[in-house]
Amino acid sequence: MTASVITASSLALGHVVYLRQEGECCRWLSDIQAATLFGDNDLEAAMVSAAAAVAANEIVDPYAIAVDVRGGRIEPLSLRERIRAHGPTVAGDSAPAPRSAA
Amino acid sequence: MYRYDEFDHRLLSQRIGQFRDQVARRLSGQLDEDAFRPLRLRNGVYLQLNAYMLRVNIPYGLLSSRQLRRLADIAERYDRGYGHFSTRQNIQFNWPRLVDIPDMLAELAEVEMHAMQSSGNCIRNITADHLAGIAADEVADPRPYCEIIRQWSTLHPEFSFLPRKFKIAVSGAARDRAAVHVHDIGIRIRRNEAGEIGFHILVGGGLGRTPVIGKTLREFLPEADLLSYLEAVLRVYNRYGRRDNKYKARIKILVNDLGIGAFAALVEEEWQRLRHSALRLGPADIERMKAHFPRPDYLPPVNDTSEYEALRRDDPAFDRWAENAVFSHRQPGYGIVMVSLKRSGRPTGDMRADEMRALARLAEEYGFGEIRVTHRQNLVLPDVPLHRLPSLWRELTALDLAMPNHGLLSDIIACPGMDYCALATARSIPVAQAIAERFDDLDYLHDIGDLSLNISGCINSCAHHNVANIGILGVDKRGQEVYQITLGGSSGDDAAIGKRIGPALPAEDVPAAIEGIVEAFLAEREGDERFIDTYRRVGDQPFKERVYA
Ligand code: SF4
Repeated sequence: MTASVITASSLALGHVVYLRQEGECCRWLSDIQAATLFGDNDLEAAMVSAAAAVAANEIVDPYAIAVDVRGGRIEPLSLRERIRAHGPTVAGDSAPAPRSAA
Repeated sequence: MYRYDEFDHRLLSQRIGQFRDQVARRLSGQLDEDAFRPLRLRNGVYLQLNAYMLRVNIPYGLLSSRQLRRLADIAERYDRGYGHFSTRQNIQFNWPRLVDIPDMLAELAEVEMHAMQSSGNCIRNITADHLAGIAADEVADPRPYCEIIRQWSTLHPEFSFLPRKFKIAVSGAARDRAAVHVHDIGIRIRRNEAGEIGFHILVGGGLGRTPVIGKTLREFLPEADLLSYLEAVLRVYNRYGRRDNKYKARIKILVNDLGIGAFAALVEEEWQRLRHSALRLGPADIERMKAHFPRPDYLPPVNDTSEYEALRRDDPAFDRWAENAVFSHRQPGYGIVMVSLKRSGRPTGDMRADEMRALARLAEEYGFGEIRVTHRQNLVLPDVPLHRLPSLWRELTALDLAMPNHGLLSDIIACPGMDYCALATARSIPVAQAIAERFDDLDYLHDIGDLSLNISGCINSCAHHNVANIGILGVDKRGQEVYQITLGGSSGDDAAIGKRIGPALPAEDVPAAIEGIVEAFLAEREGDERFIDTYRRVGDQPFKERVYA
């Protein structure tokens, strides 16, 4: 199944975050597996929540990305977004995963 | 090296105070991102794919051991324990938190370093020959002139909002090691027949989507006129450079559109107004700056080099390193040691904090506490007594910093690419690592000889792929990373833009393609030709046949 999630960067830390919507409440989490999946119909409303988080100085540059959901796991379709979700693909010094976002 | 005076310290501390305040206002919402972005960029702060990135200037690639230690401290305290040396002789930290950056800048300022003008549409870090002041083929030391230009260009009110970024490189040697032909302004120090110092000025070089080799703007500019002439060039660019299209905004497009003759005439007219202004450099100004770069207290050569000679005879690994990584110094009894940051399994140009500290110690124990950064993303220990080379080599070997691949195929320049960079269309580092793995036999590498291979992750060409003998450009083709190969580029005195040899290849085919290119070279090579010589003699057909067989 393909769907969308909303991603952004946390303002204070710069880390990659994803929108998790819990009723009226929005949280921005670093784990893409915790992200809320949106269909075409509810994407617009989700972007309104994201704009509110921008206005509240929580995040910057929110946008929707296409993801594939298989066996309950969320995986971005584009390589760029897979790198943002999992960190750099290179061996060496840069291997550790991002610190958890605010 | 240049030491900050009271004015420099005050300026920097005011600037950091301003930025601290700007960050606070951004976090509290008094500034929105549109207002804040240009402010953070002015202080070297990007928002990249995974995190913020802080780019710190290393003026003309010159570092003290104290500064390198501080970079190590900052890498550990605020980042992930490493830094990345870039092709502009700078260092980048890939994981800082915005809230920490004012503190990072304050700690950098204590060791006379900063990040101002490391991004944005202004005059960027001045780059130079990494062998400045020590090369055997030097006409004059470029560092005093670089520092004069740095001070003139720092926070220059007229040039803070140029049409686009502006890069200046300076070389003072017979051989160009600063890639002056591919900078917005390239400066080569010359002497005229009377023995006076002056400058050959090139303009309009650059890479990116329109790669251009710089053109001569003035054959010989007298020393005293350096700043007034640069100011005239920048004024003409600032006035006539395009601001409507960022892809056409670099000075190379202006020079091309006007023609070098018409551009030179505009500069000349402007210069006549400026030439006798306060920008004119008097002999005392130059002497004062030269005094910041004294010759170190070299010791007389040690005659007993028996250990060095015995080791060269008996240990092939040492012999290879001494041959490849040690360069002749203008001072008898001393050598210049290249420290390769192209290590197996490690991203190009990356260095851990513990390695920085260790190298800082070696710079003190085996030299005068100085380290250079090259635009090929390596480091240099500039003043090593020849008789101490064996023990230095042992120490570097223990640190995995004695890879003798300088100028060879595995001395790859690779930009951060899509693993870090928000502008990337493909990854660079994994492709560089795959090629380096394929070519890990040092005997074979040395048989191949001089060969530059550079990989950029997008058309911005930060890795200078278009002036590499073998250039690789990663592009996106319907969501897949593919790689275009160019051949025949060169960044030195014989600067040339590489030519694309055919359709792009998927990442997994790139190492085999490079192998095919190398095999074609070895088959066609005459005598001990370099790759570029063979390519120029035979053209690209034999190479195409191997890659697209
Ligand atoms: S060449 Fe492109 S991908 Fe590489 S660092 Fe420059 S902008 Fe980023």
